[in-house]
Amino acid sequence: MAKTKERTKKEPLMHVAKRSDLPGWQAMLIRTGVVLGGLIFIILLSSGVLKQGPITLLTYIFAGTFGSGDNFLVLLRDSMLLLMIALAITPAFKMKFWNIGAEGQVLISGFACMATMWYLGGKIPDGGLIVLMFIFSILAGVIWSVIPAIFKSVFNTNETLFTLMMNYLAIQVVKFFIKFWVPTGSGIIPTNPYGNLPNLGAGDKDYWFSIIFAIAVLAFMFVYLKYSKHGYELTVVGESERTAKYIGINVKKVIIRTLLVGGVICGIVGFLLVGGINHSITENTVAGRGFTAVLVSWLAQFNPIIMIFVAFLVTFINKGMVWVMQSIGVTNAYFSNVVIGILFLIIIAGEFIIRYRVTFKGMKPRLKKSQAGKRTPEIGLH
Amino acid sequence: MFVNILTNAIRFSATFLYGSTGEIITEKSGHLNLGIPGVMCVGSAVGCLVEYYLVLAGVNVGFLLVLLPLLATFASGGLMGLLYSFLTVTLKSNQNVVGLAMTTFGSGLCGYMVSPITGRLHIIAPMSVHFSNMFGVAETNWFTSIFLSHGWLFYLSIVIAIVAQVVLNHTRLGLHLRAVGENPATADAVGINVTGYRYGATVIGCGISALGGFFAVMEYMGGMWDSAAYIEGLGWLSVALVIFTLWRPALSIFGSIVFAALYILGARLSVSFAMIEVLKMLPYVVTIVVLIITSIFGSKKTQAPAALGLNYFREER
Repeated sequence: MAKTKERTKKEPLMHVAKRSDLPGWQAMLIRTGVVLGGLIFIILLSSGVLKQGPITLLTYIFAGTFGSGDNFLVLLRDSMLLLMIALAITPAFKMKFWNIGAEGQVLISGFACMATMWYLGGKIPDGGLIVLMFIFSILAGVIWSVIPAIFKSVFNTNETLFTLMMNYLAIQVVKFFIKFWVPTGSGIIPTNPYGNLPNLGAGDKDYWFSIIFAIAVLAFMFVYLKYSKHGYELTVVGESERTAKYIGINVKKVIIRTLLVGGVICGIVGFLLVGGINHSITENTVAGRGFTAVLVSWLAQFNPIIMIFVAFLVTFINKGMVWVMQSIGVTNAYFSNVVIGILFLIIIAGEFIIRYRVTFKGMKPRLKKSQAGKRTPEIGLH
Repeated sequence: MFVNILTNAIRFSATFLYGSTGEIITEKSGHLNLGIPGVMCVGSAVGCLVEYYLVLAGVNVGFLLVLLPLLATFASGGLMGLLYSFLTVTLKSNQNVVGLAMTTFGSGLCGYMVSPITGRLHIIAPMSVHFSNMFGVAETNWFTSIFLSHGWLFYLSIVIAIVAQVVLNHTRLGLHLRAVGENPATADAVGINVTGYRYGATVIGCGISALGGFFAVMEYMGGMWDSAAYIEGLGWLSVALVIFTLWRPALSIFGSIVFAALYILGARLSVSFAMIEVLKMLPYVVTIVVLIITSIFGSKKTQAPAALGLNYFREER
């Protein structure tokens, strides 16, 4: 009895329990609320820091994203690229394989695409060149993504650290070849004249290819995760590797196969970025999208449909803030990163409300200390 | 020539040593903190800004010019660590996601804080004398160059690494911390405060890592600001170094010299422009090789803490 008394006194200030009873629509409502709250917060914060009215800021943000046709298409294109990368890593995440190497996987695909243009451009017909660019991009993405998967499945090598290192390896490969190809040291590969993707409409700057590919990848991934046997198997592996083994799933095969799929999609993005949009490469071509995609995928709960909105939102804020900074005469993109970082942290924190229920000490009916001993059955059962 | 390179590599190594020692302490608690590059960015920016405003305010006391920026750096790193712990321990968010968001946030914040005064930040350069050449010896022979010519922050980094090694492996505190990182449920069952250890280790670790960013600017670069991206790059190398040295701060002392040497070698040797990038690739390659080798042949002692990257929730078993 004495022991129980002591425990009652030490009852923690708050009690956290996992929530499973929250209906999906309520969770979505809370999420939307958190995002809106976060948006309002960062607008007010920016307004205070940049000494501009919140309405002025909003005007700039919308001008930079929806303003002219080009701005909107760029917004759409970049959201789609981000969406594709997020989709690429999602199956791995569902499998609890923490692939944070999308940055490198996309970059190395872009590099393979660039190398194809560099060495074969003008020597073979453009049509064939584009096909080869596509093939080599995908091949490079697959190699970069499957190597950590093989080591993970065979030797249980830590995949988070491995894929992280592969990012920087890819960056160094690109840096090397930029200097190797352009020995003058300007660090800029001239835009390659060969192998341009065909224009799909007036004033097209490869917007439509990104959008078309993204829709295709989205449809594929939706079906793959939800209705295919592969999707089911990787979910089981993610939930419990032992269960997977018990019911006869070849875990090694599933890991490698899943990363292969991700590598293919990263390869497509690399092809679009280098073969289409830039037609050149720098070590910064992917521009952190691979890392942002990790956040996008996680925030969307690995749900491809929600991912569309998250990817769009993130790109919207990014483009909007860059436009704000340009409009008020600041050329660097640092503040935009700060704002996005804060927004992410707010949304991440918001997930907590959805996943857990918090009960504070004061919320429970408290008993007098002399009676505390009589409460034994309830104590510690929550 | 060789002595010159080695001296510089040793001096530069403190950046990685601070970064990796901090990250090792953090990882031993089970936190794979990918926010370290952001932490180092913020640390360096805050330290430099405090230094800048002290100089601007006409403070002329060497003691204050050293102590206040350092404390500010440590505190800013600690605050970032607190934010990380709050999100991962209290709010149970995914560690990778929080870490990456913190790096985005940190490097952005660093660039943003420094950008208004980038053109004027050079006034802190003369202050670097307070940090350099602790023993005041001339670099007359190889011995003084290699061992005695560095600033006291360099020696401090080694002291911190050794202390961290001893505490982690030979004290009750370290044993508890390792238990939390290996198996939090068991640690919890024997009455170790998992939450407390995770918070504590992360805050202290991030504070130490932040010093690495400050060191790079104030000591190694002699008070010259480069860019947020530069510090961020050093931060990722520090994370790699943790793997390379198998989560041992004492090994980090040598590992950091290897990394620093590979990092600066290209600029010192008369190799072609492109070859520099190959040399800079080596730290990542060797890290991957070490990662693979330890996963194939390693015993439990060479592996990452078993619960690295996993949050602990008492009700979830």
